[in-house]
Amino acid sequence: MKMTETYPQTTAQDKPEADAAVANPNVLLQLQGLQKNYGHVRILAGVDFEIRKGEFVCVVGPSGSGKTTLLKCMAGLLAPSGGQTIFEGQPVTEPPAKLAVVFQDYSRSLLPWMTVWQNVELPMKNKFAKAERPARIESVLEAVGLGGKGNLYPWQMSGGMQQRAAIARGLAYQPDVLLMDEPFAAVDAQTRIELEDLVLRVRQEFDTTVVFVTHDIDEAVYLGDRVIVLSGAPTTSAATSPSTYPGRVTSATPNSCPSTPGCAPKYSN
Amino acid sequence: MSTSVTPPRGAERGGRIRLFLLRAWLPACLLALWWMGSASSTSLYFPSLQSITETLRTDWLGPGFAEHLLPSVGKFLAGFLIAALAGVGLGLVVGMYPVLRAAAEPIVQFLRSLPPPVLLPLGLLLFGIGPSMNIAIIAFGAIWPTLLNTIDGVRSLDPQLTEMTRSYRLTRGQKIRYVILPNAGPQIFAGLRTTLQMSIILIVVSEMVASTNGIGYYVLNSQQTFAVPQTWAGTLILGLLGYLANLVFIRFERYVLRWQAGLLASTGSGA
Repeated sequence: MKMTETYPQTTAQDKPEADAAVANPNVLLQLQGLQKNYGHVRILAGVDFEIRKGEFVCVVGPSGSGKTTLLKCMAGLLAPSGGQTIFEGQPVTEPPAKLAVVFQDYSRSLLPWMTVWQNVELPMKNKFAKAERPARIESVLEAVGLGGKGNLYPWQMSGGMQQRAAIARGLAYQPDVLLMDEPFAAVDAQTRIELEDLVLRVRQEFDTTVVFVTHDIDEAVYLGDRVIVLSGAPTTSAATSPSTYPGRVTSATPNSCPSTPGCAPKYSN
Repeated sequence: MSTSVTPPRGAERGGRIRLFLLRAWLPACLLALWWMGSASSTSLYFPSLQSITETLRTDWLGPGFAEHLLPSVGKFLAGFLIAALAGVGLGLVVGMYPVLRAAAEPIVQFLRSLPPPVLLPLGLLLFGIGPSMNIAIIAFGAIWPTLLNTIDGVRSLDPQLTEMTRSYRLTRGQKIRYVILPNAGPQIFAGLRTTLQMSIILIVVSEMVASTNGIGYYVLNSQQTFAVPQTWAGTLILGLLGYLANLVFIRFERYVLRWQAGLLASTGSGA
């Protein structure tokens, strides 16, 4: 998909291919002509792309390109002004149960009156029986490097550890797709590198599709099987790199997608 | 529990003793001064502290305990608890719905502007003389700080926390219990503390006007019958009651909001 200067010709009405998403079981999340205005200001002027099952897709764009707006529309937190998001065959009108969000500002998304353990457990209450929870919490905390730290409160931990806890909370919820909104924007460079590798690791371990929004192109290229670039003002379309999936992620991922056309060429910059 | 939060036990105990001494020396000195200064007093209005403590012992540890102290404490607790529960409950509902908030705003502002003692004549008409009238005056007069602070605390929820609760599909009950109420906790407790103080004021005032027992009744009655040591003793008892109530309240607040102290310390306010 290439950038277009004009308003998109393709709106949801012209393109009722929601059924196509159902037909192709590899497509997990599909944006169809997604538009968002804040009052008279148009932020997103028709964005189309799809996320396939098992992919790690980075959405990159400069400040003000509507990255967070796009993510909120995908997560069902914000109603689009036009177009729609299809998640697992269903149009998203409210936050789907199989979707989790890791927010940018960990200090404002973890609850300071709860320990890490309680924070991770809270969203699980509607999804997992009480007996199942401890083992699962244990395993996600272990996976993000917070094993044995469940008793700490968020404010007793460094920023990096807090974001690990937020990631653990997302993973414990067992989503089919994890949306991450510039999760490492507020941590120092070294922590950031650790957390990037952590995300790559847990993504394999928990077999999660990840949509990772960032303004940092290096980060996007490092992490993503595929990079989607938001551009235009207002953001009209998304230029997408050829997928390297499963090129980067080697045989460790169980549900690879051999049929994906973009699998073969490795993304090179 | 993590060991990093709690200091070593011995150090904590030493600190507590120090704090107690630091707080106790001035009241102790003042009491001693009062005791010695008033020992030879012959003034009718300033009886010796010894005679006041004598009255305290005979009246308040004797028949006064059951006749005046217990009823007062009971009414005070009942009024305060009604005001607290109703204030938090109503505040939660009003704070959660912007429409209700807009609708309730003028009436709440009007009612809270009424000085509570002004309700006494109406209360007398409606409830007559007796405990239910005293309790009603406390509940109605002291509810406002808690109500207003709860409304404010509930609506002050960080939008990102709201998004978090939506994205993780927390039920309304979970949202209230785990997110909204704890978030409003510091403000709710600030309101409750004022409600507590107003409750003590109102129990005394309402007992002075519309009761046949209780500390307020005792104090006014002693004054009108020139029982001066009794007047002093009742006043002291009231002060003690207020002090103890506040002490218990602060304990409770510290326990419920124990996370907040750590959060404040960690965000550098102690730097």
